[in-house]
Amino acid sequence: MAELSDTERLLRFALAPVEPPRDLGERLEHRLTQVAGAAAEELGDWELGAMRDPRNWVRPVAAVAVGGAAAGALVLVRARAHRRPAPGELRPGGLKALDRGTRDVARGLRRRF
Amino acid sequence: MEQVADTAELDAEFTALYRAHLRDVYSYAYYRIGNHHDAEDLTEQTFLQAWRHFARARSESDGRPLRPWLIRIAHNLAANYYRDRARRPQSPLEDADVVSAPHETEQLVEGREELRDVLDGVASLPDDRREALIMRFALGMDNREIARALGRSEGATKVLLHRAIKQLEGALGARG
Repeated sequence: MAELSDTERLLRFALAPVEPPRDLGERLEHRLTQVAGAAAEELGDWELGAMRDPRNWVRPVAAVAVGGAAAGALVLVRARAHRRPAPGELRPGGLKALDRGTRDVARGLRRRF
Repeated sequence: MEQVADTAELDAEFTALYRAHLRDVYSYAYYRIGNHHDAEDLTEQTFLQAWRHFARARSESDGRPLRPWLIRIAHNLAANYYRDRARRPQSPLEDADVVSAPHETEQLVEGREELRDVLDGVASLPDDRREALIMRFALGMDNREIARALGRSEGATKVLLHRAIKQLEGALGARG
């Protein structure tokens, strides 16, 4: 190592390290512990917290909207399927209606005679 | 579970960093700012900001020491401090008695007046030269560390230190 000049020796003395006040260390450790604890809690509560913030509602609302649309489409498809049976295929309630109609006609004939 | 272990490991590493370098950050802040009250604030803000970015800094450091990174945070905060309040470091330092580490060169210093001249000379240097001297002599950083803290090359840092010392020698010579 190169030998120090007089100025460098003076600088080493003049700029000696300064011990921080003891209470600064304690205060800072306390503050860091608080911040770390708060960050851990924040991480744990993030999902709930996110739902409380309207700015974070876009994605869930979009998901609900997409899900709702899909469910609506499903209901619609089922309803259409219910209203329009395939050609040549009897509706599920068709035989019952025919049976009911036959019974009504028989009841009417009995009343007449 | 792994997340918890990682967090605990990070916290432990940060605690070690903090304990190892509290004095460095405080010394840097004190010689930059010039009074204990603001030096305490700057130290606190430095470690709070370091804590927020510690995981990333650690992963990007590739095992290199993190002291230059810490001092760079303090350097940026000190720059904001001056910009916000439009003030220069106070000179003379508010209490030269806080110089705590006795040196073997102590006998070379004839008196407080000479010490005061050196501190005044350092305070009158341009910011980058003053900072380089603080890092070298108060924190004992080598050229590589100072270069990283100041965002310069090692060569440029060596030149910076050399010029700072020469300028200070000239100032002290002119006073003497």
